[in-house]
Amino acid sequence: MTATRADAPPPELRLPKRRGVELCLLIGAVLISVCGYADVGLARNGAVPPDVAGYGAGLGLLALVAHLAVRFRAPYADPLLLPIAVLLNGLGLVLIYRLDLETPKDQAAPTQLIWSTLGVALFITVVVLLRDHRVLQRYAYLSVAAALVLMIVPIFFPAVNGAKIWIRVGGFSFQPGEFAKILLAVFFAAYLAANRNALAYTGRTLWKLQLPTGRVLGPIVAIWVLSVGVLVLERDLGTSLLFFGLFVIMLYVATGRTGWIAVGMVLAAVGAFVVGSFEPHVHSRVEDWLDPFASIDAGQGPSQLAQSLFAFAAGGMLGTGLGLGHSILIGFAAKSDFILATAGEELGLSGLTAVFLLYALLVARGYRAGLALRDPFGRLLSIGLASILALQVFVIAGGVMGLIPLTGMAMPFLAQGGSSVVTNWIIVALLIRVSDVARTPHPDHADTGVIAPVLEDES
Amino acid sequence: MIRYIRRAAAFCLLLLVALLVNAARIQLFEADELDANPANRRTTIDRYDQPRGNILVGDESVTGSRDTGEQLAYERTYTHGPLYAPVTGYASQTYGTTLIENAEDDILSGSDPLLAPLPLWNDITRGRQPGGHVVTTIKDSMQRAAYDGLGGRRGAVAALEPSTGKILALVSTPSYDPERLSGTGSAVTDAWTRLTTSKSQPMLNRAIRQTYPPGSTFKIVTAAAALDSGVVDDPDEATDTPSPYVLPGTTTVLPNEASGCGKASLSEAIRVSCNTVMAYLGVEVGLEGMVEAAGRFGFNDTGLKIPSGVAKSNFDTEMSDDQLAQSSIGQFDTTATPLQMAMVASAVANGGDLRYPHLVDRTTTHDGDPVQQRGSRSYHQAMNPATAMRLQRMMVDVVENGTGTNAAIDGVTVGGKTGTAQHGIDNSGTPYAWFISWAQEENSGRPAVAVAVVVEDAAANRADISGGGSAAPIARAVMRAALDD
Repeated sequence: MTATRADAPPPELRLPKRRGVELCLLIGAVLISVCGYADVGLARNGAVPPDVAGYGAGLGLLALVAHLAVRFRAPYADPLLLPIAVLLNGLGLVLIYRLDLETPKDQAAPTQLIWSTLGVALFITVVVLLRDHRVLQRYAYLSVAAALVLMIVPIFFPAVNGAKIWIRVGGFSFQPGEFAKILLAVFFAAYLAANRNALAYTGRTLWKLQLPTGRVLGPIVAIWVLSVGVLVLERDLGTSLLFFGLFVIMLYVATGRTGWIAVGMVLAAVGAFVVGSFEPHVHSRVEDWLDPFASIDAGQGPSQLAQSLFAFAAGGMLGTGLGLGHSILIGFAAKSDFILATAGEELGLSGLTAVFLLYALLVARGYRAGLALRDPFGRLLSIGLASILALQVFVIAGGVMGLIPLTGMAMPFLAQGGSSVVTNWIIVALLIRVSDVARTPHPDHADTGVIAPVLEDES
Repeated sequence: MIRYIRRAAAFCLLLLVALLVNAARIQLFEADELDANPANRRTTIDRYDQPRGNILVGDESVTGSRDTGEQLAYERTYTHGPLYAPVTGYASQTYGTTLIENAEDDILSGSDPLLAPLPLWNDITRGRQPGGHVVTTIKDSMQRAAYDGLGGRRGAVAALEPSTGKILALVSTPSYDPERLSGTGSAVTDAWTRLTTSKSQPMLNRAIRQTYPPGSTFKIVTAAAALDSGVVDDPDEATDTPSPYVLPGTTTVLPNEASGCGKASLSEAIRVSCNTVMAYLGVEVGLEGMVEAAGRFGFNDTGLKIPSGVAKSNFDTEMSDDQLAQSSIGQFDTTATPLQMAMVASAVANGGDLRYPHLVDRTTTHDGDPVQQRGSRSYHQAMNPATAMRLQRMMVDVVENGTGTNAAIDGVTVGGKTGTAQHGIDNSGTPYAWFISWAQEENSGRPAVAVAVVVEDAAANRADISGGGSAAPIARAVMRAALDD
């Protein structure tokens, strides 16, 4: 491991800003989305949709404004983050527009476009206003309080499809739990950065496991148990799974202690098994995962998961082509939780691979920023945010493909769901900020938390 | 910390790799199984997403497709539904397909790999080509002649080109319009209920799926067996048939409808249709010989496909001599499809060389480029060529001087054989009037056509003349149509 030397570049090395690359990639991303939009129209009506220019101009304008914000306020930011977000969001809009063709009475694309615009607006706000990510460290406890409030509020609102995760205001429904992801990541990063050494080195030893002291571990475990518990109450299994994964990853990165993380995993597995066995809602999901075709054999027709698998299978290698699949057979969640099935059916394994690689790039770039940063908070924050993206993708994609039991969650940027789009745009904005700090050639801000070299030689 | 970040990154990468591997598993390896799941509607939707290819008679299409704009978009239409129903079958969103619509479904629906521009093309794109066309061997004028000849009576006609085995006409009446079954909804289910419960069984393809006692027309098979096995050397020589003929081992006397059958020669027996002589000869040939001879004509073949399956024509393989005697004159358990009896006439006309009957001449792509040519192939040598020559002469004699004079056509060599079959308890059912025949133009080296006609005719009495009376004119009309090019 010679990474310590590699990630402290000599100051005279001028890093390129790469804003031109970002602009070219953005143009490509917008063009791909516009082509997809036109392709849907061509496939369905034999003609390019009349508003294709408007769509292209709208998406292009959003991308351009976001790009300008980055250019002037985060000139050294990673050039891949924004184009990938734009491409995924544009592709999501195309897929939702395509599914809208099957449901003339229920149009989701216009709403999604409004949310996307709001997401980009918030992206710009964050990039412009947040000059340094370390400011967030001060608000660690505020953000955790806000997160808990956001998660608890929906309990007082009626459930939608079995999950109490919505707040309805006027015509817009909103999932506050989505925001809690970011706030919790901020809290975890700040807390772990501050208490890293205490967590790693103190406490009694039980057999071979070094347990951290309760005083240090207590608050964070309490927060985590609280959030997961609330989510289980609300039947938001996907998010509770996400929080658990996030917690474990960040804890591991902060302390490097595998032993009791493994213990945590075992405990979680036991908990999951117990919940999966006795909680009817969860139990049915697990049953469906074990045998997606049970409902067919029972003569009740295919379940949503079975329909989703059918859609993926119908795609094959190259897909049916945009607009030519039948993923609408999945039913009511086709545009949200199951949007990936439409991608799988109409773009095939090739298109799906491209989508997964885009996510992988996004995550990798987040990690890369984390590696290049010098402060532990920034590191943990960028790793946390990147992991949120990776875990979200895994939980929902694995769910709709029958890899893991299905839990409701939105595919980042692709799925219909305003809160999700907005949240993910904010995540990208934060990654832009940390990557800008990481790549800025003048580390004029003093290192607040030098990495303890002892850690590197440990284990 | 760096090391842990890298490990965490590796973990996230592992998650995404797992997703990719799983996607490949579903989309490539399990795809076929999932596609084939009966609960998966995609196959059905895709199948009706494009116009179905057409079934052609000559160069005229007898089918079409209509876009309804529903989920299962294209529905099948038929230009002459009832006339061609026994050939085309139906293609219904609700009830599936039958006959050619079923046998050639891959071509018509565009899923046949042969339609693709390159091998494995369909597998790679998982798509289908525009529906290809199926060109039948049917001759429109003959089909119409047969249909009009039956004129709504219950019955069937099968006509073959003896030298190739091409099926030139295949008619079953009363018929139905397959278009009634196209699509979904109550109109279709009501039509189905009506058609399947109708007493006249309009959806039954009598030409290939219904077997009838062939009656005296079966005597041709018995005569061929007698000549081939050497039981009869000279067809004009008197046989030593006892008259009256008592069925072996019983006290039942076998009656003759015709007169002058005592010790009649084989030729005479065929000409006036003597039961006693033919029953006696059948017993003389013996069970094994008769089963073999009948088998060479196609009896007891369960695998006959034209390309739709043809019902098995039956000649019992285990029976006592009295049953064999009855079986040899087309009674007892002997049954035959009209197509089977057309094959019998065809074998005689073609010098004993029985060609495999087929209904599809060739298949083409949507643009008319050839995909597959279904050539003529041999089925069996049904009898010695010499035997066939003698039988031809006897059958011509039937038309010129015997029971089949109604089938005669001026200036054309026509051979035939009449038959009447009783059935039902105490023969209470409407008797079947049979006529099988073939025609050859004087200056032609090859027979033009072989026909079998069966009519459920209440006017038929036990005299074989009725076979000549109600069935022979239809056969004659069909043969005329075959000869008029």
